[in-house]
Parts: sequence; C-alpha cells; structure tokens
Amino acid sequence: MAQTLSEQILSRAAGKTVRAGEVATVAVDLVMMHDSLSPSIIRIMEQELGAERVWDPERVAVVIDHVAPAATVQTAEKQNDVRRWVQRQGITHFYDVGRGISHPVLVEEGVAQPGMVIVGSDSHSTAYGAVGAFGSGMGSTDIALAAATGRTWFRVPETVLVRATGRFRPGVSAKDLALRAARELRADGATYAAVEWHGVEFLTVMERMTLATLSIEVGAKAGIVPPVFQDAGGGRPAAGFGLPPAPASWTPVVQEGATYSRIVEVDLDTLEPQVSAPSYVDNVADLSALGRVPVDVVYLGTCTNGHYEDMAAAARILKGRRVAPGVRMMVVPASRDALLRATEDGTLATLIAAGAALGTPGCGACIGRHMGVLGPGETCLFTGNRNFRGRMGSPEANIYLASAEVAAATAITGYITHPADVL
Amino acid sequence: MSRVWIFGQDINTDQIVPGRFAPIMLKNEDDLRKYPFVEHRPDFAGTVRSGDIIVAGNNFGCGSSREYAPLALRMVGVGAIIAPLFARIFFRNALNLGIPCFTADLTAQLRDGQEVEMNLEQGLIITDDGSRIALPPPPAFLREVWAAGGIVPFYRQHGRFPGE
Repeated sequence: MAQTLSEQILSRAAGKTVRAGEVATVAVDLVMMHDSLSPSIIRIMEQELGAERVWDPERVAVVIDHVAPAATVQTAEKQNDVRRWVQRQGITHFYDVGRGISHPVLVEEGVAQPGMVIVGSDSHSTAYGAVGAFGSGMGSTDIALAAATGRTWFRVPETVLVRATGRFRPGVSAKDLALRAARELRADGATYAAVEWHGVEFLTVMERMTLATLSIEVGAKAGIVPPVFQDAGGGRPAAGFGLPPAPASWTPVVQEGATYSRIVEVDLDTLEPQVSAPSYVDNVADLSALGRVPVDVVYLGTCTNGHYEDMAAAARILKGRRVAPGVRMMVVPASRDALLRATEDGTLATLIAAGAALGTPGCGACIGRHMGVLGPGETCLFTGNRNFRGRMGSPEANIYLASAEVAAATAITGYITHPADVL
Repeated sequence: MSRVWIFGQDINTDQIVPGRFAPIMLKNEDDLRKYPFVEHRPDFAGTVRSGDIIVAGNNFGCGSSREYAPLALRMVGVGAIIAPLFARIFFRNALNLGIPCFTADLTAQLRDGQEVEMNLEQGLIITDDGSRIALPPPPAFLREVWAAGGIVPFYRQHGRFPGE
C-alpha cells in the first residue's frame, strides 16, 4: 500500500511498517539543540534521567544561535557551560557564534540528509523537510530523552498536501506560497499532521526551507518537500541549488495513491504577494488589500527568509536605491555561508550601500532578545515566521510578515509595498 | 476548590512566557514563576493558586517549543488545562511535565473566576452550582505517563516509551 513521505521515513526509523494514526517508537538519526534550551536539556539529562553521556556524540548537534553573540552576562555564562559540556561529550557537530541558525547550518554542513528523522529543541525544526527529512520540534525533556537514548516516540501523522502549480510571477516567492497555505489552513489546520509540499521542484534548498519552517505555523509535526532536485546531469545538482553534499543511501519518494487528509491547491501563476498582519501568522491577506501601512523597521533575517536567496532578491530591488528616511533596515543572514556568498557577489555591498545595518548570522531579534528588538508603538515588516504580540520585543509593537521582496520594496517607500510598484 | 481561568483561542507560547523571560535570560531561574502570562494577563501570576485550572479555546500553546512555558504554569501550581485542541509541542511538553490536559471545549460552560471542584482521577468537574461535567479520558498510553508524574519518571520506571 502506498505511503506518504512521513509514513515511509517513520517506518524505516521504527523498523516496521507504520501507518498514520499508529503510535511508534523510532530511532532518531540526529538530535539538535541550541543555546536557548541546552542548559535545561543538559540538566534534565544529567540530573533527572541520570544519563552521563549522549547516545552518540556524532549524532547530537549543538548550535549557539539564539543569543549569538551573548547579550548579557547570564547568557555568556550559560553558553560557556554548554561549550564545556560539548567538549566533555566529544560532540563533533558543534557550531558556535557566527556560524548561523541551526537549520540552514545543518543542511549546509551535510549533517541533515533526506530520509532522516531529526528532532530539534526548536519548533522550526520542521526546517529539515527542506532536504526531505522528517524534522520535528520538541521541548527540553523530549530532546534530553532523545539525546540520551537515540530514540523517541511519535504518533504517525496524517498528511496535508499543499500542491502548487505554475510558476511565481516576478516579486512573488516561496514565502507567499507558505503564507497563502497558512491563510487556507489556519493556525491549527495541520495540528498533529505533516505537510507535504508538492510542485516546488524548481525551488532551491533554502527556498524549500521557507516552506518547511512555516509548516509549524499551521501546527504541523513535520513539513516535507520531496527530495527531488533539478539535475545538472550525472546526479550532480544544478548550479546554485545547494544540494546536501553526500548522496543519501536512501531517500523517500512520493508514492502514487498515498493518502492525504486534506489537499490545498495553490496556483502560483496568479499568486500575489501575501502579508500576515498582527498578531497571528494565519491573519493573511493579499498585499494589495492591505491599505497603506507605514513601517519603522524592515527586518530581513531568520531561518525562514534570511537566506542568500532572500538577500539577493532584496538586493535586486534595492540596487541603486536608498532605504527611506526614518526607516531602519536590519539584515541578519541566516548563516555564515549565506553571508559569505552575499559578500562574494556584491549582494551585501548593495544592501549596505542602500542603508541596511548588518547583524551577526543567527536568530537575531526573532525571539525578542537582542539585535534590534522593537519598542512600543513601532511597526516592523519582518521576513520571519511569527508576528505574535511581544515576539520581537515590546508587546505594543506591530509585526507584519512578508517576503524578502516585499521587505525591500517596503524599505524604499517606508510603507508596505508591492515589489512591482518599485521595479 | 479550583478557580477557573478562561483564555481565548490560539494562545501562543509567547503569550504564556515571552522569550525575553526565558530561564537563560533570568538571573534566578526560580523567577520564572513570576512570568506566566506576564503581558497577556498580568494579574494571573500573582493570584493563581495551586490546583487552579486553565480553560482555553482552540489551539492552546501554539508556537515555540519552549518547555519553560508549561513549566512556568506548573511552578505556579496549575492543576489541569482544558482546551478543544492543544498545539502538539505544548501538549507533549505538558505531558512530559505531568500537567494533565483534557481535550474539551468548556469556554462557554464555565466562567472566568468560577470556583469548581476538579477530580482528576475521574476526569470530573463539579461546579459551584452542583452541575457535573465529565471530561473525555485521554488515550491509555498518555494516562500512564500522567500517572507516573511525567515522561522522565515513566521512562525510569519502565525503561520504554509510552505505547511501546
């Protein structure tokens, strides 16, 4: 019987065929933890579980990305505790300040691979669906158990299929597809389920990550793009597609006749730029229906849209232009690789010349802790994934979510703007 | 008696504990008890009593994986959470911490501030006017985790995962 991608991956990890609705204990391929929750994960592992060692130091990845570099004495001290623990454990995949956000980093490093089960202490661990892995976010106790035992449990999810047809028009991109799906599914539309994103074989890995990370915003357990990549011949990826470096021994494939609990169709040929208005991610409308919304801050960054592709899209619009007077534009690259690439081809110079301020690769102000938090009464156009009240600082700030293209157009005019209006 | 605290729908973890009040941001981690709903409902942390119950709308706990959100609720003694649907990471975190969660929509049946008697074993609420509300029992494999007091004591007792 045909299986969804999640059923295939979890069956392999469970060592037996499992179907949606079953509860299964599975072997995990990779456990990711970041600086924000590592102190509690380590405490639970050592003090509550009594586990001195992680199950496999080559399959536990630790990333300092949430407050990177440290903003306070407390965070500095706690990050040092994590560094010492990493050394004691002999953990090989450790990525410190400046390397970037866990999700793109583990893909760039080739640590996250198609078909893997990856659990992370970050809700946006659905990101690993960008390479066709089953990535899922969990809290400290679940991650401590997984790190100590190499196993976890799942209720095998039903799958919601988002099927795209056509191609994006200029100024429209993966973020608009993801927000359009959230508009349809709402914040709980895929709770306990997985999302599969079909019809997006033309997207780069990091563009796929935009879709995968936003899957949690409709409640999903995993958000998977089939690991099919446009091929330059001989199994090598087309230039710029950024395939994971090592070919995986096994990859899940879309099987004809797999069961989907719901299908959402999105026609990319007619899709308009989407904007999520405060303070819920599913509060989405076409940008053209929004009216005039002046902004104080434009923030380009995060695991959702802080990739090289996003900086390049913004630079194409901002080239030879200036950020509007009275508007601050922050650029916080998702990773060092993204920053390097943007440095090498002039993308970064274009953004800086336009007036953008640059932050250290990492999560930035997405969790409201540092590097550009918002004050009361401020309005921000954010390329991230959450516009919850208080998310980026003051609960009296307003956050609108949109693509990097909309961010760049908005930076030029000072109010939320359709990219076509400035091109 | 337990006081009922009514919350709306799509309550996210940034509303339960904003990221700025994460344990790693605090000088003293025990101070986390001061911050549940610090901005969303500032009177909550100071007046909630042990055993009080949260009765919420759809999709309670959506958003971040931060276990310190349900941990903060446990620190102030929240005895149970009742909502028609829980976001999955929050649900797992609450299960792991041993906070009973019941799937039911009681936001129209109960009032904010109402005093009720909560019987966890029988899954029964008796209100101040004497009416009885039966809560649907969670699946057996989850009940055994709650019975053990959370996933860590469960795993230490049984050496296996729930449902295994």
